[in-house]
Amino acid sequence: MPQPAVSAPVLDARDVCKRYPVGGGGLFARGPVPLLHAVDRISLTVGAGETVGLVGESGCGKTTLTRMLARLIDTTEGSILFGGDDLATVPAARFAGHPARAAIQMVFQDAEGSINPRFTAFDAIAAPLRRLNGLSGAPLRARVERAAEQCGLPLTLLGRYPHQLSGGQKARVGIARAVATEPKLLILDEPTSALDVSVQVVILELLAELKSRLGMSYLFVSHDLNVVRLICDRVLVMYLGRIVEEGPAEAVFRAPAHPYTRALVDSVAVPGQIREGPRLRLSGDPKSPIDPDQNACRFHGRCPRGQDVCGSVAPPEVTPGTGRRAFCHLPLMEHA
Amino acid sequence: MSASAAAGGTVGHIRHVLSENPVTGLSFGLFGLLVLTAILGPSLVPYDPLASSDAALAAPSAKHWFGTDNLGRDVFARVVVATRLDLGMAFAAVALVFVTGTLAGVAAGFLGGWTDRIVGRVTDTIMAFPLFVLAMGLVAALGNTIANVIYATAIINFPIYARVARTEANIRREAGYIEAARLAGASTLAVMLFEVLPNVLPIMMVQVSLTMGYAILNTAGLSFIGLGIRPPTAEWGIMVAEGAGYIVSGEWWIALFPGLALMLAVFTFNLMGDGLRDIVDPRRRT
Repeated sequence: MPQPAVSAPVLDARDVCKRYPVGGGGLFARGPVPLLHAVDRISLTVGAGETVGLVGESGCGKTTLTRMLARLIDTTEGSILFGGDDLATVPAARFAGHPARAAIQMVFQDAEGSINPRFTAFDAIAAPLRRLNGLSGAPLRARVERAAEQCGLPLTLLGRYPHQLSGGQKARVGIARAVATEPKLLILDEPTSALDVSVQVVILELLAELKSRLGMSYLFVSHDLNVVRLICDRVLVMYLGRIVEEGPAEAVFRAPAHPYTRALVDSVAVPGQIREGPRLRLSGDPKSPIDPDQNACRFHGRCPRGQDVCGSVAPPEVTPGTGRRAFCHLPLMEHA
Repeated sequence: MSASAAAGGTVGHIRHVLSENPVTGLSFGLFGLLVLTAILGPSLVPYDPLASSDAALAAPSAKHWFGTDNLGRDVFARVVVATRLDLGMAFAAVALVFVTGTLAGVAAGFLGGWTDRIVGRVTDTIMAFPLFVLAMGLVAALGNTIANVIYATAIINFPIYARVARTEANIRREAGYIEAARLAGASTLAVMLFEVLPNVLPIMMVQVSLTMGYAILNTAGLSFIGLGIRPPTAEWGIMVAEGAGYIVSGEWWIALFPGLALMLAVFTFNLMGDGLRDIVDPRRRT
């Protein structure tokens, strides 16, 4: 399904940072407060109609990044260009009233927890339409029912409370709520990871269908590399708050340039296939994200290819192929 | 929890709790009786609760079920008539603290920061005093009126409501549906009032029942020591105080029956609170 984007990107985030002060402070603290660099100068674009995958291990800053792009939390630095505006200048607390609120929506990983247990499925889907589109009464009902139908949610279930719905039905409610306002950008935060495998497939098909029908762009966060490879046009690989590699999904997964990407790809089991050649395995844990050395590769110390230079010089940008970028002193270029 | 209760929805669950714990059913029955007594009692009693008669200090009999007091007033009529006043004052105090304590606690737990610090210091300050002594002091300082007894009872119960609501709001602060509501364009105030509060309210309803008993005890206690309600009004605390002097001389009924009524009311609300807790949250069942 890859369809390269040519027009201006829907979302253009530049040098987005999120730093949290940790510990320290207080009356008797000396020197600067230590900062946790959750997201460190990340730039990314999502083109019209494009599906961009975001992969990386737990704690690498994926969640923080998506919450910033969805304007739920403030950025420390950087700009988020969307429809000609820099959304990063609008405080997250006041973004609820911004005209772009309806255009950026999100589907959560935990469908159950993202629906208020005191409200019905109808109320959940109706909430954004009520507040953002000012609908009520019959037009509201019509839009909610249309969104439910588009997401394959039987209308008879609209009166039910979340605990009366199955996992797949709750996922459909979450998706229907997100697409009800017909957003331009839909951020999907591991939308299928909490579901049974059989339901996962159905939900992924639904997402692909909705995308073409409603003309949305997707930012798809996932742990499941097979899914990312299948549905994403481009992929971004994150490690410890930074992007280490990006490019067309198929090319990146076929011939990863960054050792971390390679390790991720190697860790995926492919059915009916015995892998040949050496596999790259990772051991240990990532370095601390608190005040990281800006003159070193974040992956240094865990990287099987690492050398002294990786610990003292920030990794340069390399171009392993068209539309690709990687940040590494010693990229794996042999397959490219 | 059995499968049948899970299938039957709320009504089925209530029925299940009642059948498993008949004491809860009893407490609901007693509650209904108390409310009926409060509403209908004054028009049903055979004697005027304020009218004295020649038959002073008469022992319980068919004519005077609970006997008569030192002024010849019928103790049964006075106990029944006092129900409205005692329940009414406690209800007013609990309603007041339910609204203020819940809102303050939810704001503290959800907003955190300065709101949390201010509400926390206020509750700590109230908790620093022996609560009954604080209520006495408040009524003495503000003036000896029924309204002030209600305010004092509300104030000493404020920490319970504020703390429970704060905890319950705080654990929901990071819930997924909060983020979803923000995506749906809800302001912070809207999230607090329309997303967090509805989830906290059922837990607060349990507190209402549990503190109602103590509120009755508190208002009666204040009248017992001479604050709040004044004689000759029929009120359980005053009646116990008035009858206490006659126990040694053998006229036990004057203090015993209002005391029993007080005990029954407190007992009913506490039992009902336990039952409500089972209905609202089966996991906390003891």
